[in-house]
Amino acid sequence: MSPAFPLAPERASSVAGEVDALFLFILGVTGLVALGIWIALFYFAIRYRRRSDDERPAEIHGSLALELAWTVIPFLLMIAMFAWGAKLFFHLHRPPDDAMSVSVVGKRWMWKLQHPTGQREINELHVPVGRAVKLVLTSEDAIHSFFVPAFRIKKDAVPGRYNIAWFRATKTGSFHLFCAEYCGTQHSRMIGRVVVMEPEEYQVWLAGGRAPESPVLAGEKLFSELNCITCHRPDDAGRGPVLDGIFGRPVRLAGGERVLADAAYVRESILSPAARVTAGYQPVMPTYQGQVNEEQLIALIAYIESLQVQSAGAPAGRASPSPAKGARSR
Amino acid sequence: MSREPRSLPAEHYLKAGWDLKSWLLTTDHKRIGLLYLVSITLMFAIGSLYAGIVRFNLLVPDGSQMSAEAYNKAFTGHGVVMVFFFLIPSIPATLGNFLIPLMIGAKDLAFPRINLLSWYIYLVGAALTMWALLTGGLETGWTFYTPYSTVFAESNVELAAIGIFVAGFSSILTGLNFIVTIHKMRAPGLSWFRLPLFVWAHYATSIIQVLGTPVIAITILLVALERIFHFGFFDPNRGGDPILFQHLFWFYSHPAVYIMILPSMGVISEIVTCFSRKRIFGYSFIAMSSLAIAAIGFLVWAHHLFVSGMAVYAAMVFSALSFLVAVPSAIKTFNWTATLYRGSVKWDTPMIYVFCFIGLFLIGGLTGLFLASLGVDVHLTDTYFVVAHFHYIMVGGAIMGYLGGLHFWWPKITGRQYVEAWGKVSSLLVFVGFNLTFFPQFVLGYLGMPRRYHAYPEEFQILNVLSTAGATILGFGYLFPFSYLTHSVFRGEPAGDNPWGAKGLEWTTQSPPTTHNFDEVPVVTEEPYDYASPPKEAARV
Repeated sequence: MSPAFPLAPERASSVAGEVDALFLFILGVTGLVALGIWIALFYFAIRYRRRSDDERPAEIHGSLALELAWTVIPFLLMIAMFAWGAKLFFHLHRPPDDAMSVSVVGKRWMWKLQHPTGQREINELHVPVGRAVKLVLTSEDAIHSFFVPAFRIKKDAVPGRYNIAWFRATKTGSFHLFCAEYCGTQHSRMIGRVVVMEPEEYQVWLAGGRAPESPVLAGEKLFSELNCITCHRPDDAGRGPVLDGIFGRPVRLAGGERVLADAAYVRESILSPAARVTAGYQPVMPTYQGQVNEEQLIALIAYIESLQVQSAGAPAGRASPSPAKGARSR
Repeated sequence: MSREPRSLPAEHYLKAGWDLKSWLLTTDHKRIGLLYLVSITLMFAIGSLYAGIVRFNLLVPDGSQMSAEAYNKAFTGHGVVMVFFFLIPSIPATLGNFLIPLMIGAKDLAFPRINLLSWYIYLVGAALTMWALLTGGLETGWTFYTPYSTVFAESNVELAAIGIFVAGFSSILTGLNFIVTIHKMRAPGLSWFRLPLFVWAHYATSIIQVLGTPVIAITILLVALERIFHFGFFDPNRGGDPILFQHLFWFYSHPAVYIMILPSMGVISEIVTCFSRKRIFGYSFIAMSSLAIAAIGFLVWAHHLFVSGMAVYAAMVFSALSFLVAVPSAIKTFNWTATLYRGSVKWDTPMIYVFCFIGLFLIGGLTGLFLASLGVDVHLTDTYFVVAHFHYIMVGGAIMGYLGGLHFWWPKITGRQYVEAWGKVSSLLVFVGFNLTFFPQFVLGYLGMPRRYHAYPEEFQILNVLSTAGATILGFGYLFPFSYLTHSVFRGEPAGDNPWGAKGLEWTTQSPPTTHNFDEVPVVTEEPYDYASPPKEAARV
């Protein structure tokens, strides 16, 4: 498959070629600079080697023109590297709208993944080739980092946060998945693979196994099991705010400031309800810390996000991390 | 001062007393420099042993050489010992301590007793940390990332943290001492722009030590407090923010890289001009670039966090500033190279270390540009590419400069000369061993091998074996100077006061100097590095 002594990793995503192009550009520029200095260094060191102990070379104090040249030229080259790198980073930062959303939970020492249709996987991610896949990452314990060298993507899974990464696989096959942030004893065993399949194969794969439950459905069930429904009612007769249509919109808090009701805010409101209370409501909600795990939180967030489909509001803001964007259309 | 060149002077600082008390209670900056030299050499040996364990484990891909716990403790021990107890004190506490008063024509540092105190504080910090490492160990990595270190780590985190906290005060006191000394104790005529560049570099370093070290001290203390009292500074389950730790940690630990490299750059500036027998090219640009590095170096820390989920525009600002900090380093490199032009270049051991430094620091610095560039950093961060990059800076740069400086000033420190041929052989060995160790790691990183992996996929094995072979050569390369330098202390030929024909006040006094350095206060009348005229004291032929 791959040569025994490869010098570059496989390119299997839409950005891999762009990252490599920038890498080679920087390699070319810095290589030339390094070569120039090495040659100058050794040429001078040999050409002007001391031939007698009485040598007293003439003084040269310096040269303003040279100083300016070797300050300004590297600076301009670096602006090019910066701009190209920043553009690419921006591209990596914004998943396409049609991306299929996969939730990723890091746990010492495994990756737990869930597809929008509900299928769960551990340390393996099956995806269709050519389709943009958005990863919504979090962690149950320490910080981990989701790294697929063949895709040139890496993103930390941070406890208490939802980070976003995305890729579009361009090649079928099996690719390394590594944890890149040190997380303890079995850090180097927190590895797996991403299996890229033809879309039809992916559909067959999805259909295999028992019928799964989508995160939205699971969230809806939890919502009633945990009795959230008693206070958060669809009409405004409950003791808690109405949740229909709040996701992705600003919420006014008791203190007067506004906060975007994104995944992080919903999560915080479930785990530490008193932290940021909606204006007009009492801080009466009990904490659910310890009663719901990360996957259940993701399901609850997916359900609350899905509630806005019923209201006639505008679509959710793109900036809001949504663990189950793909599920909404179902 | 006419005397037989074949013997040491009748009176000098080493003869001021032979008993233990004369060493342990000394306030002579030269003796304290030697106390530090012995202490950090010991720590370097311990850190190298840890490195050896790491490289031994990585010979095979399946991690069968040792347990994952043992491996994790080894790379943590390597990082903690090398960073906090070798690299940070290395040049400032030894050569800086020894040379700054000599270079500015002073009798001692401004606060001789605080200088001794800083060594004792260093010892206490080192002892506490070694205690932690040897009884149970530490497996957090030298970076102590939360919430791993505060919630999940089951090792001696508190003790190690307190050791590092304590050692920080040693660094602060040394920096403070240098700043006051350089401001207040310069000889008559020694204006700021006549200062040796070694002193400028230490001035910039001291500013970082004084301003940056308190931040790591507080941060590491917060880690210990969170572990002991379960405060929620960084643990998200207690309302803390784990990313906050990374910002605080790197706010010091990135500038700390400049604490390691700036003094080394100072050493290079001194050697390159002496062995080219020519005034340094662009004196003021080199001096000011040290200050620029110290200043901009405080504004780049978050480039360690590009994949942590930080805001995209914040990442762009830190990326741009990281490119900017490369400019002053480039200026220095160009100026050193230009100094050789039309010079009279002598290929002695210190100069060979300068060639090594420039060649390797260049690679270390230029590979930093890959990491400053956001789109590429996403792929390379947390891989062996980063490991190779910072070892080119810290070993290829800082340690090459340290060894070069040690060889350059050895005749001044001991009054004796080492055997030149041994110096040349070992510098070659260090150069070859170093490149074989770390160059393959750039490729490994680009291929995607993550850092801190106890076991790895088989396709990475060839490069790892090459790296371990290089580390073995490097290890022998370091044993040579240790042996022949030690040997020269007892058996070396007396070197004379100024064996290199160097400029600078430290070469106008005898070797080794007397306890009070100069018989009379020197008066400076010439520009620095005035190599067009022969030195006042004729060099021994």
